[in-house]
Amino acid sequence: MSPSLSIWELLAPTPPGWGGVLLTGAVSTVLISLGAYLLGIGIGLLGATGKLKGSRPVVALLDIYTTAVRAIPELILIIGLYYAGTDGINRLLTAIGLPSIEINGFLAAVMVLGIVQGAYMTEVLRGAILAIPIGQIEAASAFGMRPWLRFRRVVLPALMPNALPGMANLWMSVTKDSALIAVVGYQELALATRLAAGNTKHYFLFFFAAALLYLAITLLSNLLFTGLERHFRRGQPVSA
Amino acid sequence: MDFSWISAYWPLIVAGAVQTVLLLAISVGFGFLLAIGLALAQVIGPRWLRWLAKGYCTAFRGTPLLIQLWLFYYGVGSFLPMIPGLRESILWPIVREGFFFAAVSFTLNYAAYEAEVLRGALLAVPKGELEAGRAFGMRPLTLLRRIWLPRAIRIALPTIGGEVVLQLKATPLAFTVTVMDLYAVAYKIRQNTLLVYEPLMVVTVFYICLTLLITRAFRLVEQQVPIRR
Repeated sequence: MSPSLSIWELLAPTPPGWGGVLLTGAVSTVLISLGAYLLGIGIGLLGATGKLKGSRPVVALLDIYTTAVRAIPELILIIGLYYAGTDGINRLLTAIGLPSIEINGFLAAVMVLGIVQGAYMTEVLRGAILAIPIGQIEAASAFGMRPWLRFRRVVLPALMPNALPGMANLWMSVTKDSALIAVVGYQELALATRLAAGNTKHYFLFFFAAALLYLAITLLSNLLFTGLERHFRRGQPVSA
Repeated sequence: MDFSWISAYWPLIVAGAVQTVLLLAISVGFGFLLAIGLALAQVIGPRWLRWLAKGYCTAFRGTPLLIQLWLFYYGVGSFLPMIPGLRESILWPIVREGFFFAAVSFTLNYAAYEAEVLRGALLAVPKGELEAGRAFGMRPLTLLRRIWLPRAIRIALPTIGGEVVLQLKATPLAFTVTVMDLYAVAYKIRQNTLLVYEPLMVVTVFYICLTLLITRAFRLVEQQVPIRR
């Protein structure tokens, strides 16, 4: 314990302050969340298409995926996927005769959170696609648009206003769920805070600072999503 | 797959399930009461109270539960022994346990989410019903007790059911502050038997059963007072 340091010295960005560690942690929290979110959108788009247009076994498989992910506690999912994923890859590598590797913690975190996000995103996007008047999509097909062009020009712009509120919620939850990665030992904001607090014994100060950082991330994202929604709803009646 | 350990560990699993259910019941019960106050403060409170309640909800919904839990357990927990007389009081055996901090932080967190749901529901109660109550000469408190709150809770019931399930899924976090809940039991079994996936699976089945139980219970309650559309 170093009783001589003041609050500001403790939070200073350079050692002996721990501010730098916290900020680096916050940056990696945002990066993990961003990676997982993008992966989730990718899985979500595929999943929503599969659920709407896929054959029966595909729909059944996707149903199991979304139901399971939404029924099992996040902590258990994250820990289970983390161990099963890293363990599985290494077993696969030894099976084909390659030396086992140390899985990058960042990549593992992104994959695990992305798989969780993907399940929720599938449902959000499926609902948003279903909310598009079918005539609009049929009109696009009647014009002879190919699926990709139809998606880009008609489905995507019509889907965004419906999907954005749900997607905003998911972004908020991934930034907070990323704190669970601390439990499997990758150093993001939550674990960095625990490290700083444990070293200085100023537990309250550091956890409070971390809470403020998370709150700042949330409030900034709120602003961003409000702006995005205004952009995608341009030209629509205001009352809706 | 090896499940032979179950016969030796089932008392531990049941004890863990009890802790999990207890945490859930405490946080949902007290959290709901707190949420009613917070929602009312946001709907009919004076401006300063409205801002205070709004700020509370934003703060607790904008930060991870894990950080809130650790802030209470490590942060507030390190100040508690400094309160004169607390260590000699009969409360100390409760207050020094991780379970106490988990229960408190889960309650505060649940209240913030629930208050937001109830706020919307309070505003969604048709105005005519409240006016009818007032026309009968009901005092504000009677009106709240007999019409406003029951109607709002009925409107919010499906959402509340979802929130309770989300709260159940948040309880494993308590294992990080030494609570022996279901997940912590799985962790302990893993350490003792070196089996990674089997304990996790058994515990997961427990959570899914609890989820089904909660959704069933809420469906039953919802059927008691059907809403005509």
